[in-house]
Amino acid sequence: MTADMNASLGPQKTAGVSASRRKRIERLGFAGMSLAALLTVAPIVLIVVHIYSNGLPAISWEFLTAIPRDGMRAGGILPAIVGTFWLTLGTAVIAVPLGVGAAIYLAEYAADNRWTRTIRIAIINLAGIPSVVYGLFGLGLFVLFLQFGTSLLAGSLTLAIMTIPVIISTAEEALRAVPNSFRVVSVSLGGTQWQTIRKVVLPQALPGILTGVILGLERAAGETAPILFTVAAFFLPRLPHSIFDASMALPYHLFVISTQVPGMPIRIQYGTAVVLLTFVLGMNVIATIIRSRARARRQW
Amino acid sequence: MVNAAPALPVDHADRVIKIKIEGLSVSYSDGTESLSGISLLIPDRAITVLFGPAGGGKSTLLRTINRLNDLADVVEVRGRVLLDGEDVLSPKTDVISLRRKVGMVFARPVVLPMSIRRNLTYGLELSGDRDETSMDEAVERSLRAAALWDEVQDRLDEPAVSLSGGQQQRLCLARALVLQPEVILLDEPTSGLDPISTGKVETSLTQLKQDYTIVLVPHSVQQAARTADYAAFFLGGELIEYSPGRQIFTNPTDQRTEDYVEGRFG
Repeated sequence: MTADMNASLGPQKTAGVSASRRKRIERLGFAGMSLAALLTVAPIVLIVVHIYSNGLPAISWEFLTAIPRDGMRAGGILPAIVGTFWLTLGTAVIAVPLGVGAAIYLAEYAADNRWTRTIRIAIINLAGIPSVVYGLFGLGLFVLFLQFGTSLLAGSLTLAIMTIPVIISTAEEALRAVPNSFRVVSVSLGGTQWQTIRKVVLPQALPGILTGVILGLERAAGETAPILFTVAAFFLPRLPHSIFDASMALPYHLFVISTQVPGMPIRIQYGTAVVLLTFVLGMNVIATIIRSRARARRQW
Repeated sequence: MVNAAPALPVDHADRVIKIKIEGLSVSYSDGTESLSGISLLIPDRAITVLFGPAGGGKSTLLRTINRLNDLADVVEVRGRVLLDGEDVLSPKTDVISLRRKVGMVFARPVVLPMSIRRNLTYGLELSGDRDETSMDEAVERSLRAAALWDEVQDRLDEPAVSLSGGQQQRLCLARALVLQPEVILLDEPTSGLDPISTGKVETSLTQLKQDYTIVLVPHSVQQAARTADYAAFFLGGELIEYSPGRQIFTNPTDQRTEDYVEGRFG
């Protein structure tokens, strides 16, 4: 071994010591982080397994399609399912045009000035308001002041206000992700700004917007507090006939049969939870499919 | 400040002047002045090359001609840009029809996320054209003019991104041609292309100049020398020298032009 090689071994050796130490630290770090990841996955797995294993036996054709009987202790939960369906649809009808419209304005048209900054701060704060406050607001504005009464309309409006910030933020993000060069090209070919948005930007942003819409609606579908004072009926053994009818709804029904009705069979509670969870997770799965399909097809 | 450089190339007498730029100054909102007092005559049916180091105002000039600078943070534009005698900077100008008359090709090929065919028909659709036969004709005509037809005629419905970089850029050229513009602006159209693709683009440009007014910002002095019928040298927002192509590259009158052409600064 030459002196030359020895000289070069010196510093390598000290580097080796610290390298193995660094490797240990890295391994420890990885272990900690995988534990953290595992801990976040564990609750959802436990919840789903617990609810489905206890609730699936309660699911039957009658449970899904019948009106509740015997003070909700027997029969089905159809009015709650139908109520939640209409509420979600009503929320979508109100919140999607408003939310997507606002997002287009913010992402494509609005200049960065005090006015748009105010709007953005309002949106962020709107998203942070506790849902029970939305419920009370809906009670005050829609039920009492505008005299919609306890109704699907009042409930949908309340849920829509709660959902709009989510839709605006995700839609704006999806619009901004579309490369600006597409806009410049379209304009250079004689496109107006609206043609550019409609023909190039929106189609590219659509999957992202849809994902945001579904995630927002999914949250609305599962909320209890905002519908508590605005639409939900404790027990209403018939289906709503108009948007001015009160209605049962799955989350509130679940709350009622779990806490307010003595002698309630526990399998009905679990069964209701299964239906609600399936509704919400189903929307989630749809959102995931849309997103991954769009990503596979994306050309930029 | 109005520049002292000659606004007219010497042998312009037999040329029709397509674009007349008079005392044009453009400033951006960050306070930088991108062009100061440019005067320039751009002849029809010829390639006019705008060259010089980065930041000289060449792209700004291109984007002022088709008012694409409306999208940028421009705070002040002074002077006039006359296209066939009409001031394009006038508030009364219909920018939509201006941009259809003045096509543009960008440095990076930006194909729209659509099929090859729809990239070409897109501009026609914008004006409400729906006629299939005339669209097919326009597609073929523009692809032939951009020397791309032979390579893509069997795959028009494939996504445009499946084309190579050079093909994409020729598609962008075809996309500008499909609107039958009168002027074509090209902002370093071959900067991302290999020499063979660059050669194809240059060949189609020299053919296109029979019918169009072409304003080209080249990506190198060599390309400027190869393609120019007229060449304007820009430095720091000023027009330093403007003359017929051969002359400016072989016998420049300004010392700064000479230094740049001979590669003493870049």
